[in-house]
Amino acid sequence: MTTIQDAAVSRRRAKPRPGKIRPGKIRPAKTPPTKRVGRTVIQAFLLIVGLVWLTPAAGLFLSSLRTEEANASSGWWQALTAPGQLSFDNYTALLKDSGITQAFWNTVLISVPTTIAVVVIAALAGYAFAWLEFPGRDWIFLLVVAMLVVPVQIGLLPVAKLFGALGLFGSIPGVVLFHTAYGLPFAIFLLRNYFAEIPKEMLEAARMDGGGEWRIFSQLVLPLGRPAIASLAIFQFLWVWNDMLVALLFADNASQPLTVALQSQMRQFGSNIGVLAPGAFLSLIVPLIVFFAFQRHFVQGVMAGSVK
Amino acid sequence: MPVTTTEVPPATAGGTPPPSPPGASSRPGDPRRHAVRRRRLIAALFAFPALLLLGALVAYPIVFSVIRSLYDATGNTFVGADNYTEMFQDPATLRAIRNSAIWVVFAPALLTGLGLVLAVLTEKIRWKTAFKLLMFMPMAISFLAAGIIFRLAYEQDPQRGVLNAVTVGIHDSVDGEATSYPTAKSRIGDKQLTKGKDGGYRTADLTSPGNTANLGLVGVAPKDMPKTAKPAAPAAKTPAAKDELRGVVYIDFTPGGGGKPGKVDRTERGLPKLTVEAVDAHGKVAAKATTGPDGSYRLAGLREGSYAVQLPAKDFAPPYEGISWLGPALITPAIIGAYMWIWTGFALVLIGAGLSAMPRDVLEAARMDGANEWQVFRRITVPLLGPVLGVVFVTMVINVMKVFDLVYIIAPGPVQQDANVLALQMWLVSFGGGNNQGLGSALGVLLLLLVVPAMAFNIRRFRRSQS
Repeated sequence: MTTIQDAAVSRRRAKPRPGKIRPGKIRPAKTPPTKRVGRTVIQAFLLIVGLVWLTPAAGLFLSSLRTEEANASSGWWQALTAPGQLSFDNYTALLKDSGITQAFWNTVLISVPTTIAVVVIAALAGYAFAWLEFPGRDWIFLLVVAMLVVPVQIGLLPVAKLFGALGLFGSIPGVVLFHTAYGLPFAIFLLRNYFAEIPKEMLEAARMDGGGEWRIFSQLVLPLGRPAIASLAIFQFLWVWNDMLVALLFADNASQPLTVALQSQMRQFGSNIGVLAPGAFLSLIVPLIVFFAFQRHFVQGVMAGSVK
Repeated sequence: MPVTTTEVPPATAGGTPPPSPPGASSRPGDPRRHAVRRRRLIAALFAFPALLLLGALVAYPIVFSVIRSLYDATGNTFVGADNYTEMFQDPATLRAIRNSAIWVVFAPALLTGLGLVLAVLTEKIRWKTAFKLLMFMPMAISFLAAGIIFRLAYEQDPQRGVLNAVTVGIHDSVDGEATSYPTAKSRIGDKQLTKGKDGGYRTADLTSPGNTANLGLVGVAPKDMPKTAKPAAPAAKTPAAKDELRGVVYIDFTPGGGGKPGKVDRTERGLPKLTVEAVDAHGKVAAKATTGPDGSYRLAGLREGSYAVQLPAKDFAPPYEGISWLGPALITPAIIGAYMWIWTGFALVLIGAGLSAMPRDVLEAARMDGANEWQVFRRITVPLLGPVLGVVFVTMVINVMKVFDLVYIIAPGPVQQDANVLALQMWLVSFGGGNNQGLGSALGVLLLLLVVPAMAFNIRRFRRSQS
């Protein structure tokens, strides 16, 4: 697993180490022509791969800007030669659809509280597992690590029954609670390991100064753990924002997020492109903004969280 | 890549005991014991919210599912292992298991391989950051959005699905672009033009060079009609030279009525780009022509004799429609393709990080010693990357086993069963109309058991990193 620490280590290693170059090792002054040809071929190949990767997404975007009739009769690539057919009509129509806007807000109302809850609860627990003493601590922590790969599927039915009894089924708090619980093992794992790297002397000094555990946690551990917390928060936010399975079961019509609202339109795919394409774009624009705004934390968070 | 955890507190003495005054002894009930109890209470308060949620929503469900899986659909009758044996007898579940196996065999290996190749190639270009960024982008978006993207790309109609547009384009450039009118036929009762066994049409009467033969068809679908088609009447009257046969192939139908069957009326249009052949008395094709925009043809260079004019079967063959990506046969590979679109960036970035962490001097030394790029790749890069490749592979296996959304979204209703996988079948059986929560729980337990090896891998790695 690549964690923040790992990434930092590999970056450090990647730096050129001039001291290591052995004497007598002279680089050829010019790249040989065969090598240059090889490089051009590689460039061309990767360019094609990049284009292939971009095309399906570009297709969605252009389709979302075309009318229903245009999409029904021809492919989105026609818009490349006739950009006149592009308009934001689908988006204005979509934003007037109260079901979709409600679903968008539900997505926000589910992802933001879940992210906060996971970060807070996992930070508390991570600190306890790293620096506090209580009976069975290491065994319990191993159990938490083991829960890392428990599939969400196994929780669906039992938790649905439990929430049914508690009156949480089909509500936003229910979805939030479920996501929080299944986000915790990874979050605790990540933060505990990060907190454990804080130099012991710092904590001891703080304790010596008479700082209570809460003060040490909030004024020393949390600020020091900020990079890990940032990566975790981004990963967790995306995980929940993009989820469909959990909400499909635990949310009702009033509390369903965008993913669930859109999937219900999939049945008539052909005739619903005018809703589905801009809807999908609406749902992926937020993660994309997060992606470009927090590139480094994003990559590290996704990398670390991929074990889930 | 193991987690680097330096300075992990020793397992038994995690919390440092608070500094005790030098004179303090350990009499029972003394402040020090009180302090220990207090510290434990604080620790419990820190860990409590997490443990409560994990206990109630993760640990308890596992126990519940195991027990529930031993009962039947109603939940009242204990059936022992029946649900587990049924899993391997029920055809739908069996197919889901088989498809999941296909996923596990192909997807992780393909992804790791592709990621490795791209990572090595990416090292050699200047714009590698941009490339990695682009490849990683799909990781940000939901399976639902990716599913919609690929439903669109895999659309069967080459006019709408980009993949089939490319496929048909390649097919036509290899095979030649043939125009055909699959729905066209001769008028019922048309004595002049009769249908052959192979689906083509031929004139019943033989004719000799110097004559004209106008062939009227009906039933051409408006969407097949090229916009460039022109009225056929002017060309129909063009006289033929001595060694040629002339005429038009036209739609023998005047929109709005008024046309006369068997006659080229003023507004009736020709059928462009059709193949017309002259067949001699021995049944051999003596000349070949393609109709112009007005449907006219000219079969030149004919010897004296009698010929029939024929429209071969390919004029009426349905056009090549591309590949049925979302059909029952290809649905699983198609979804794996979409999955690879999402995850290749992950493999690329992770393996790329491993590559840049690799000791440069080893590679350089090998190159200095005369190893070529392939040898360096095969003998040094891949073995040194082994641990990273292992992590990518295991991560993919875990993820692939749980794949649900993508299958649920991309597979159209009628082929959902053909694309079925374990996680989806578990959903369908428990909530999607199957309503057999006993079998559903058993499938959930199976899923859990399948990821246990990965769990063991994770714990082992974690413990190793701790020591």
